[in-house]
Amino acid sequence: MSEWIWIAMCILFVVVGPLVGCVLAGIDRKISARMQNRVGPPLLQPLYDVKKFMAKEQITPNKVQDFYVMVFLLFTIVTGAIFFAGMDLLLVIFSLTLAETFLVLAAYSSGSVYSQIGAQRELYVAMAFEPIILIMAICYYMHTGSFSVSDIVENGSMSVVPLLGVFIAFIFGLTMKLRKSPFDLSLSHHAHQDIVRGMATEFSGRTYASLEVAHWYESVMLLGMVALFFADGTWVGAVVGIVVALLAWVLEIWIDNGFARMTWQTALKSGWIVGLVLGVGNVAVLLLI
Amino acid sequence: MNDILFMMVVPFIAACLLLVTKNDKARTVIAEIAAAIIILSSIWVAYSYLGEPQTFEFHSETIDLLMFAAEVVLGLTIIYLGIKHKKYAASVLGLVQLCMSVYFEFALKEGIGVENALYIDDLSIIMVLIIGIIGSLICVYAVGYMRDFQEHHKDEKDRRPWFFFLLYTFLSAMYGIVLSNDLVWMFFFWEITTLCSFALIGYTRTEEAINNSFRQLIMNLIGGIAFLAANMVLAYQYGFLDIQSLLASDSDAQWILVAVMLLCLAGIVKSAQMPFHTWLLGAMVAPTPTSALLHSSTMVKAGVFMVLKLSPLLTGNLAGYMTMTVGGLTFLLASMAAISQSNAKRVLAYSTIANLGLIVACAGVGEPEAVWAGIMLMIFHAVTKSMMFLSVGTAEHHIGSRDIEDMDGLFVRMPKLAIVMMIGIAGMFLAPFGMLISKWAALTSFVDSEYIVLIACIVFGSAVTSFYWTKWLGKLACVVSDAGNCEETVHKQEWFALGCLGVLTIALCLLYPVVSSETIIPWLTDTFHSSGEELIPLLESNNMYIVIMMAIVLILLPLPFFGRTKKRVVPNYMAGVGIDDQSYVGSMGATVNVTLRNWYMNAWFGEDRIRKIGEAVTAVVIVALIVAAVAGVSI
Amino acid sequence: MHYDASSCNGCDIEVLACLTPVYDVERFGVINTGDPKQADIFLITGAVNDQNKEVVKQLYDQMPEPKVVVAVGVCACSGGVFKDCYNILGGVDKVIPVDVYVPGCAARPESIIDGVVKGLDILEKKRLKLREGGGKR
Repeated sequence: MSEWIWIAMCILFVVVGPLVGCVLAGIDRKISARMQNRVGPPLLQPLYDVKKFMAKEQITPNKVQDFYVMVFLLFTIVTGAIFFAGMDLLLVIFSLTLAETFLVLAAYSSGSVYSQIGAQRELYVAMAFEPIILIMAICYYMHTGSFSVSDIVENGSMSVVPLLGVFIAFIFGLTMKLRKSPFDLSLSHHAHQDIVRGMATEFSGRTYASLEVAHWYESVMLLGMVALFFADGTWVGAVVGIVVALLAWVLEIWIDNGFARMTWQTALKSGWIVGLVLGVGNVAVLLLI
Repeated sequence: MNDILFMMVVPFIAACLLLVTKNDKARTVIAEIAAAIIILSSIWVAYSYLGEPQTFEFHSETIDLLMFAAEVVLGLTIIYLGIKHKKYAASVLGLVQLCMSVYFEFALKEGIGVENALYIDDLSIIMVLIIGIIGSLICVYAVGYMRDFQEHHKDEKDRRPWFFFLLYTFLSAMYGIVLSNDLVWMFFFWEITTLCSFALIGYTRTEEAINNSFRQLIMNLIGGIAFLAANMVLAYQYGFLDIQSLLASDSDAQWILVAVMLLCLAGIVKSAQMPFHTWLLGAMVAPTPTSALLHSSTMVKAGVFMVLKLSPLLTGNLAGYMTMTVGGLTFLLASMAAISQSNAKRVLAYSTIANLGLIVACAGVGEPEAVWAGIMLMIFHAVTKSMMFLSVGTAEHHIGSRDIEDMDGLFVRMPKLAIVMMIGIAGMFLAPFGMLISKWAALTSFVDSEYIVLIACIVFGSAVTSFYWTKWLGKLACVVSDAGNCEETVHKQEWFALGCLGVLTIALCLLYPVVSSETIIPWLTDTFHSSGEELIPLLESNNMYIVIMMAIVLILLPLPFFGRTKKRVVPNYMAGVGIDDQSYVGSMGATVNVTLRNWYMNAWFGEDRIRKIGEAVTAVVIVALIVAAVAGVSI
Repeated sequence: MHYDASSCNGCDIEVLACLTPVYDVERFGVINTGDPKQADIFLITGAVNDQNKEVVKQLYDQMPEPKVVVAVGVCACSGGVFKDCYNILGGVDKVIPVDVYVPGCAARPESIIDGVVKGLDILEKKRLKLREGGGKR
């Protein structure tokens, strides 16, 4: 029985995930506009944008970039699918890193100045974020005795209580992963240019559209991870999880609009300090109890 | 047993032949034939003894005596060389070691005979295969490489016979280390590898090379002395000198613990862990095959082999904490230092140190699961890292630099080599390839060990590892439009070795469950007296299938899609003033070329800073814990 | 995408005003991007001179089809008061084809938005035409 739920979740993610992600992105733009006292674009503007990019003339800086971006999209979907299928959390993390690497390679491959600087900044952010997410997996394992998402959910209690430190750290890291200010160093989703959007400089047309779609998938998966902290196998847990995930999304939008962009030094330093204090601290607490 | 002896002796005979061969063609033939025999014999040995661990009754006073004589001669040589090159520390250490061996031979060793001087088990078989296959491939590669090397250094005397003599002797000695049951024998081979490495590092005889070779010698003499001291403790306190008895004894006994710690210390020195890691960095001045053979795939593996071998004795005691802490910190700090390096060989060296640290830490945990991870890491690392070293060597000869910055666009200039390198780098850190699978297992077992320092080390260490590999990968992947292809002149021996290693890397990724179930699991079952049950979560079929599927997808996907796009290729965006991808119109209409460098963050991860921290902390840990063990503290 | 040729910055300020809460051009889904490869509309202020004509051409060439050029302000339309300067070539249409002319000195935000929205219509028409062309590039 429960196996079928996981398979259904996985299929649901692959099919509906991007739509949800798209609406989330639309909400993001809408709320941001309202925060700035503007009307903002239509809710489905991100979808229109992607459709438009699909229809544009197809150009590329070299013959290999397409491939890298394709693999990036593919493995972003695979990552999410593994997560929503209730499988191993470490596998999810490694697959995420793999996808990330291909994105960075795509940016490097163009040989463009902007892309390369963007790619390196992306690597900094990844380096700042990775300890947090790894520690999250470790704490789940210490708490529930398993890395598998399905076991964590079926554990019967909300993991957020013993994993509070990691939860806060993860919300912090979410800012980096969702590319929100103050840590949107490499690929700000705002209409910036040159360095702050360096990664995307050489992407256009369908390639750029794939990047957007990958981000939709990624957002949904990351919010899924937030919800996992509250999942306890019951409907209550699921609802609380989804509500908190949406609140986290709004919180990120608020942070995004409320903070200025910081330097990569700050990003790395703060990411590591948060990972060390809250993450490793949480490990220590779990060891003691 | 004769086949094992044959396997051990062949490389040495080849070495002697190569020493007297001056002709390049003859050398090529001998080297290649010897390599083929070594590969075949090691496969044969593996095939015949797999799953059948046994010891061999083999004892001969003559051989013991010969070894002792050789040791004395070598000791005197070290003292002489130390004085000649004004490296008195080496002479002093050599003298100490010599006195110790003489005292040991005449005062302590009386009456302690090891009947079964040789043994073979699955762990030795893995090592035999690594040494036999990878070692020989490197030797084959060296034939082509050294031809180029000699051309690049025309004004120097051709010392290639000496070089090949050392390479092949070294292989023999490595076989000796992994197959000796007698600790005295093992120590002898241990010292031989040290000296081979010393001579190979100093091969070019430049001042830098000589300094670095002495650094290696001095540090490894410290390790050798620790080894000898362990032997003395065992002989004096317990009256045995073979590994089997040591493994069978109780690690809570005070002097066993001390002996184990001393042996681990020897292993730590050999595998270039902090605070002794600088010798490996210095060793990078040697010709590249040396670095590949000695300093990535085999010699340093002798160190981790020792620690892995002893791992059943390390569970939850002082020796375990010593190796875990040193290994874990080395992994973290060496990975950080790798960020600040742009010299490809130094990056590889740091990454080697880091990975060995991980293996040492795995062994220190002393649980079957961790040791499984350690052995897997060892296998993958040996294959992948030697391939990386060899490709860097080839790249250096053809683009004239071993700086990663100069490898910009290698993808266009040397496409095949770049692909080999990319496979190697992917193999080093990326899911779903080899190293990552083992790292995954390591992570799980570290968490199980509940040693928080180790958990923190691996978490932050992995993040750093991805960083420095990806930025290298990016440099390779960068497409520079105007570069010409320059890989036409690579020797066929080099391609052969690189190709074999590349295929091996990929094959291992796909076949690792087989490797594990055929060799590692039986060994663990024997050694830890436990069934393979604990390893199940790790090899849980679901995860394994997904990982292997990912690998297959990643390998097959490029074939139809890579580089085949119908899109129009356009120049890069350069703020509207680009001339081509590499230059733009500056102010006053001048053409400005673009140069791009990776980031190295010296202020954060600078080598000196890391070295100071690492050396201080690890030295304190080692000294404090050994002193504690000698004083009889137990936990 | 917005490019400032040799504008006196009067029009540029008005272009930026379009992005502010008062005029909020994002209502139409319009974002000011800096990357020609992701842009649809090339909005130029100021006249073209000898120095920047190559730049304008290159940026235009780097935009994938379909694309629309909007010339904002009288200088971009015809050269304006600078028309007779020794270094001025004239309006933007001397270098690249212009689809929408937005006059004014400086052009008012309302008219800029109007021009951009007109540009969107032209963009749609061009897209359809491109599709009918059977994928001809």
